[in-house]
Amino acid sequence: MATITVKINGEEHEVEQGMTVLQACEKAGVEVPRFCYHERLSIAGNCRMCLVEVKPGPPKPAASCALPVAPNQEIFTDTEMVHKARNGVMEFLLINHPLDCPICDQGGECDLQDQAMAYGRSGSRYDENKRAVKDKYMGPLINTIMTRCIHCTRCVRFVAEVAGVEEIGLLNRGENAEISSLEKAVDSELSANVIDLCPVGALTSKPYAFEARPWELKKTESIDVMDAVGSNIRIDTRGNEVMRVLPRLNEDVNEEWISDKSRYACDGLRRQRLDRPYVRGEDGKLKPASWPDAMTAIAKAASGLKGTEIAAISGDQACAESVYSLKKLMTALGSPNTDCRQDGAKLDSGVRAGYLFNTTIAGIEQADALLIVGANLRWEAPIINARIRKRWLHGNLKVASVGPAVQTTYDVDQLGAGPETLKELADGKHAFAEVLKNAERPMLIVGPGAVAREDGAAVLAAAKKIADMCGLIKDDWNGFNVLHTAAGRVGALDLGFTPEEGGADVAGIVADAKGGKIKLVYLLGADEMDLTAVKESGAFVVYQGHHGDAGAHAADVILPGAAYTEKNGTFVNTEGRVQLARRANFPPGEAKDDWAILRALSETLGKPLPWIDFDGLRQSMRGEFPHLARIDDAEAATWADFGAAGPMDSAPFQSPIENFYMTDPISRASETMAECTQVFVLDRQEKGTGTNG
Amino acid sequence: MTSLDRTAKSFLLSELLSGMALTFKTMFKPKHTINYPYEKGPLSPRFRGEHALRRYPNGEERCIACKLCEAVCPAQAITIEAEPRADGSRRTTRYDIDMTKCIYCGYCQEACPVDAIVEGPNFEFATETREELFYNKDKLLANGERWEAEIASNLELDAPYR
Repeated sequence: MATITVKINGEEHEVEQGMTVLQACEKAGVEVPRFCYHERLSIAGNCRMCLVEVKPGPPKPAASCALPVAPNQEIFTDTEMVHKARNGVMEFLLINHPLDCPICDQGGECDLQDQAMAYGRSGSRYDENKRAVKDKYMGPLINTIMTRCIHCTRCVRFVAEVAGVEEIGLLNRGENAEISSLEKAVDSELSANVIDLCPVGALTSKPYAFEARPWELKKTESIDVMDAVGSNIRIDTRGNEVMRVLPRLNEDVNEEWISDKSRYACDGLRRQRLDRPYVRGEDGKLKPASWPDAMTAIAKAASGLKGTEIAAISGDQACAESVYSLKKLMTALGSPNTDCRQDGAKLDSGVRAGYLFNTTIAGIEQADALLIVGANLRWEAPIINARIRKRWLHGNLKVASVGPAVQTTYDVDQLGAGPETLKELADGKHAFAEVLKNAERPMLIVGPGAVAREDGAAVLAAAKKIADMCGLIKDDWNGFNVLHTAAGRVGALDLGFTPEEGGADVAGIVADAKGGKIKLVYLLGADEMDLTAVKESGAFVVYQGHHGDAGAHAADVILPGAAYTEKNGTFVNTEGRVQLARRANFPPGEAKDDWAILRALSETLGKPLPWIDFDGLRQSMRGEFPHLARIDDAEAATWADFGAAGPMDSAPFQSPIENFYMTDPISRASETMAECTQVFVLDRQEKGTGTNG
Repeated sequence: MTSLDRTAKSFLLSELLSGMALTFKTMFKPKHTINYPYEKGPLSPRFRGEHALRRYPNGEERCIACKLCEAVCPAQAITIEAEPRADGSRRTTRYDIDMTKCIYCGYCQEACPVDAIVEGPNFEFATETREELFYNKDKLLANGERWEAEIASNLELDAPYR
């Protein structure tokens, strides 16, 4: 990009052509106040706060956010004219803004508050009545106090551009202008991001209303585990309670958005928690027990068992450290029956390129053709969906889908519903195969609905055939992507938590438990599989986890563990990016860190694991799997052979997620997610979509 | 000479007599001591005594849970928790002051935007146990009701200087 020279406050700066004056000032480190401008949204230029003096130009202040830089331009941000302009704009903005900072949830982190301090007058000259606006309903997540609105339209632009649902708009003009969603809940998985975008307290968080002030909260930077995107989050805690979750900037992963589930499922951390061990008594009822009693009960059940009679299944939110500990323990016990693929996905842990989102999320922005196989991206990975929409808005992206016909936020060519269409594509008979071939950077996303089936390996092989045939794999481009929904899945696959030689996978473990071949099943936070079958099989079931969910109901011994905010852990996202989650609070009651439970259990079972603290465990894990030490790095995987060609069932692909708002024990325990389920899923099923006659 | 002087003074008891004279004179002057607790000295309207939470004349509590007092408190003696009340307004569910921590600096009443938390004129709240000094919202509101007249007049007297 060509650079030009501009003078900012008398100093010369090199800036890129096409930048706005505001961006140039920002690059030069000169502060320009703004409300409506946001780097990820289109330019509106309606708040007028970013006025600067520009020469050559008309002798009046210019809105820097909407003015492109020109060669030899002189920009002033510190002159009498600019000060007067900012002061005047601020006074106008405050004419109708209520002075209710003490009861406003935005207080302490409010752009208007900060900028009024910096650029505003000390007192008001306005004696007339202030305008009052009726509050609007925007759903169970967004609280509105519309009198505070300054009409920056960031929320309107966000839902239209990033979320892609055009559900918020500005009605009327002048003093009658109002932001409204027409009394309808904003139906987007990303809707709550408008709360962060709102520069004032007009849109605030409903579940968090009046709960805390920003200055009382301890901020911990961590990783989200509600889906496999690994969104970067900040966990705000007060005392030992998680008060809220906010997004953290990471250009490679989530930019600055997070999904509503990531943001609001945190109230589930307070409910349904396992805070002490339980052991199932003679009468078949779970009874509270002490840690030594629970450990002894497991040792008793395990004594005399052969390694092959023991099985372990790791759950969707298990961190790499605990999976590694469990794997080592199972190896020490001689058990080949380990699996992390609760949904039965036919993914092979041997070939890393065969289970990663190889293009990377940021790489989506370079793609020019996309084939989605068996995925409902809006629900399985809303952040990735937003990235695709961002790319689609730039133009020249052809998207086609084989799988469930779902609502998307971009135009999708629905090619078919199941493997038949996929086979046509793989054989090169379908027209879209040509599109992929002709594209410079073609992409293919295989969703969980396509691989979590009996013929998953064949579907994967067909997808690989398309990738090879249509040139998805190039020297500097890998367009083959597998999308996961479980945060712990890629980490567990990296660690090889799949059946060893002669071992059983999840379906095999359930069958063998029924058949009596497996007598002890260890569930590390596994709640998403057929657990009634495990319970009825008569095998001794140990559940280690944090919520009283399906796994705990099936268990004979419950070992209370830590949820994702309560432990340090390594998570590998669907791209293969290694990220660290950090402890924000402590597990409740007698619950303990997952690695510590497994270490103690290994001692009880007489096969002590060779580390005594967390650092030792991490060192051992990183020694064996060096890529897990390269934090924030998504290492490219080498292309190899995977999948198994074979006949495919004709049943259409189906997304495993029936309800976006409840996909794991934490979100199932969350009151906010229950409300969202009612409003966005159940009510809609009852009423229909509005277009059904 | 000096030794003779001293000897004469000590034999004539002159120092004792001058002391007795002062005592005798003071007997007829007005008394400075007061008969506490039946009598009390004057207090400034700015006196910072026991805390109280006030209500509006219509009975509505003033505190809006903005937590500025909690933030400003240098001794971290104040603990507040809040949530929306049934009518949707912002109110505290918990307002605790640990009076054993409080240093009576008065920053809380300075910070309060609605004159809800005030330090009233009461300084006689000694207790027999430590626990009684952990004030909760009920105790503070009760204080407010009990001292409202004095607090209101003090605030009014101090208003011209604010």
